[in-house]
This record gives sequence, C-alpha cells and structure tokens, in this order.
Amino acid sequence: METIFLIDKTVIAFIAFAITLLIATYSTYAERKIAAFMQDRVGPDRAGPFGILQPLADAGKFFFKEEIIPDTSNKFLFIIGPGIAMLTALMTSVVIPWGGSLNLAGRDIPLQVADLNIGVLYVFAVVSLGVYGIMIGGWASNNKYSLLGAIRASSQMISYELSMGLALIALIMITGTLSMKEIVEQQHGMNWNIFYQPFGFLLFIICAFAECNRTPFDLPECEAELVGGYHTEYSSMKLGFYMFAEYINMFISSAFMASLYFGGYNFPFMDSLGLSQNAITIIGVFVFFLKIFFFIFVFMWVRWTLPRFRYDQLMRLGWQWMIPLSLLNVFITGLVLLWYDK
Amino acid sequence: MQLTNRSKVVSNKEMTAAEAAYIPAVLKGMAVTLKHFFKRPATVKYPEEQREFSEVYRGKHVLKRDENGAERCTACGLCAVACPAEAITMVADERKKGEEKLYREEKYAAIYEINMLRCIFCGLCEEACPKEAIFLTKEITPSNYEREDFIYGKDKLVEGIEPSLRIDVSKRQDR
Repeated sequence: METIFLIDKTVIAFIAFAITLLIATYSTYAERKIAAFMQDRVGPDRAGPFGILQPLADAGKFFFKEEIIPDTSNKFLFIIGPGIAMLTALMTSVVIPWGGSLNLAGRDIPLQVADLNIGVLYVFAVVSLGVYGIMIGGWASNNKYSLLGAIRASSQMISYELSMGLALIALIMITGTLSMKEIVEQQHGMNWNIFYQPFGFLLFIICAFAECNRTPFDLPECEAELVGGYHTEYSSMKLGFYMFAEYINMFISSAFMASLYFGGYNFPFMDSLGLSQNAITIIGVFVFFLKIFFFIFVFMWVRWTLPRFRYDQLMRLGWQWMIPLSLLNVFITGLVLLWYDK
Repeated sequence: MQLTNRSKVVSNKEMTAAEAAYIPAVLKGMAVTLKHFFKRPATVKYPEEQREFSEVYRGKHVLKRDENGAERCTACGLCAVACPAEAITMVADERKKGEEKLYREEKYAAIYEINMLRCIFCGLCEEACPKEAIFLTKEITPSNYEREDFIYGKDKLVEGIEPSLRIDVSKRQDR
C-alpha cells in the first residue's frame, strides 16, 4: 500500500512538473503571439507551422549562447541565484489540485501531489522565498543596475504580499479552511468564490501582477531604466532560468486564481450530466486548464495594454490603497459573516 | 481656426473618483487592445510576399544597352554633374577597333561606379542622361556587410546582352 501510494504521488509529481515546464515554455510563444496580434503584427511564424517550434529554437539559442560570469561577482551566489528562482517557482505547484480523483482498479487517486491542510499558507511561504532568487542574483552580479532591480523587486514583493495575504484572509474567513483541496471542493458546480469575494479577487489579481513582476509592475526589470534589472549581468541559460521562473510563476498564480476564486476543476452542471467519476474528473482537468489559460491570457493582455508604474506610484498604490482596501474587505466580510450566523 | 472636430481642450482639473480609481480607464484600454487582437495584421511577409511597387519606382540603377547589345553610355559625365549626392564617378576610354559590337559610340566608360550608400535615388542622373543610358529600376539594392560592397561597378549595373536579361524601363521612359 505504502509503495503504491509513493508511486502514485511520484507519477503525479512528474506529470505536474512536465506540464508546468511545457506550459511555461509555450507561454513565451503565446506571449509573443499575443503581443503581435495586439499590435496588428503576425509574430513568430518561421520555425515550424505558425512558429510552433519557436520555444525550442529559443531554448537551443539559450544553451549555445556564451556564458559570461562577471569577474567581480560572487560566483557561488551568481550561479545559485537562477536556481533558487526556478526552485521556488516550481515548488508551489505541489499543493494545486489539478483535478478530482481518478478511480483506477478500485483505488481513488486524487490528482494532487500533496493535500496539505495548510496549503494556502505553504504557497505563501514558498512565494516569499522567491524573492531570494532575484535578490541573490541582483546582489551577486555586483552591478548597480542589478542591485537597483533587486532592491526594487524585494521591496515591491514584500509590499504587495501584505495586501495579497489580507485579500486571501477574507477568502479563508468564508471557506474556513486552508487546504486547497477543500477550498476547491466547496465550490462544487457553480458555487464559485468569485461571487462572494469579487472585490477580494480584484485585490488578489492586482497583487498577483506585482508578485509575478509583470507589467504594470515590472519595475525590477524595466529595460528602459535599468538595462535589464536584476538579470543585467546574466547570459545564456541562467538568463533563461530567470525568464522561465517568471513564466512558471505566472502559470502557478493563474492556477491559484482559478482554484481559489473560479472553482478550480469544478464546472456548472457537473452532477446533472450523468457521467462516471473518471469522466467528470478528466473533463474537470480540462476545465481547470481552460481557466488557467484564460488567466495567463489576462496576464499577457494587461502586459500589452498598460505602461509601467513609476516607483513612487507603485509604493503609494501598495501601501496607501491596496492594504487599507484589503483590510476594509476583511472587515466587511467579517461583518457579513457575523450577520448571517445570527 | 478649427480644421477638425477631433481636437480636445486640455485641462488640469482634479480627477474624479472614477478616474482616480484607474480601473475604468484600464478596462477601456484593454478593450482597445482586444479590438486590435482580432484585427487583420498589417504585415507583408516579405520574402514570400512583396508589396507592390509603383510603376515608376526609383530603385537600383541599370546601364542600358541598345538593340544590338552595345552599351549606350558615352561617359559624358552629365549624370555625375547632375547627381546631388555625388555618388557617381566614371573613367572614360576610347573605343578600339573591333569593339563596335560592345560600345555604341567611340567613347565609353571604362569604369562606372555608383556608391549606393550615397545615392538618394532622386533620378536626376536619368533626367540628365542625353543617351538614354541610365535608368532607375524597380529592383531594391540589397543589404551588405562591407561598405566597399555598396560601390556598384559596371559588373552590377550594366544589363545583360540576351533579350531575357534586358530590363524593361519603358514605364520610366514614357513619363
């Protein structure tokens, strides 16, 4: 029993890992295509039909680029920085429930690597580690642009983590659990949390943009001011790792928004279809990925619409608007909960 | 004077609450980009697809031959004088016996060079030419790695002798 359990989990972990990498890879392609379409262009279309092989070509290019390690850098930290960024980005996918449970040979196999009872808290802990990858990389480069980018990144991520956490507290007050699996299961059918927490979702998505360093909050790497921000000195696959980590973060936060606010793998009328458990689960996985893709699209859509915030505007928005508003959201949610409990 | 009714009066008034909240403006901007998402791209996929040129497009020059295949240019130098960019240079030479097939008149250009980096493709050389020897064609001067490679000599400028290699410049002659 114990070995079978381990094998199940290993297989699911590997599949989740592979899918995460695949989607992160093809996010770069999607980003370029969406950017092109929004600017009335065609985008990459030379490598394979519709440029489908473009990400592979990019990856190949990253491997063959000259690898430069600056003379005055701290070599150990310089090399380990992208690794940490990548590791923390990948670690968060552990608690995401990719689907219900498959019934194979009389055993229920939940499509989740680990159902932690503190799942949401775990994600927060790992995401806040993510800033170390950027900070270490920027510091070890021994370059003022990198350092400025790293400082910006860390202050931005710390500021927005607060209001992100507060936005989630309001959600957790409603669900009464920190387990991702239970939160998703409570939203069975069309009983999605977005209908109870629309304002909380708005706060959450804004903070998610800031956490992922995406436009309009991409100050850590703003090309116009800081050359490349924290990865100015990086080249070849180390740079690729940083970019990859960014896209993985985007994928994971899309999965998060989909499962916390938009019902995860639940879809309307899932009970009245009269299908078997396995069929429902498989459809659920597809629905979940559709939701994720929609949010990835929103990430890119916003990127190619909005310009970047100025640094003081970013901080003012974070501290003077987002935190008070999310506190207010928590307060109102508490009041409403008290009212209905009577 | 007002030319169009599209102009807006600029004002520095305080933002209203809706404007200060950013969200409506953000959604408006996203609607614009979404509209463009479904628009047809304006791209011309260059090597496979070429934008149509005007009939009288002024591209790379050609030094014409006459109907017998002899070069028309007599190295009079009027094109070089007319050239505002001073891109044309030439060395004249006298036709020897037996070269009547090659050169139309008794003087010809031994060297004829156009610096394509200097040329502004104005077409004044063509207007100055009394022998109808130089014309601008629809061809584009390709890019190159070296500056020297942009100096086009007779090897690149003179058209071929065979009828299939002749370049049609009738549209620019009719003008």
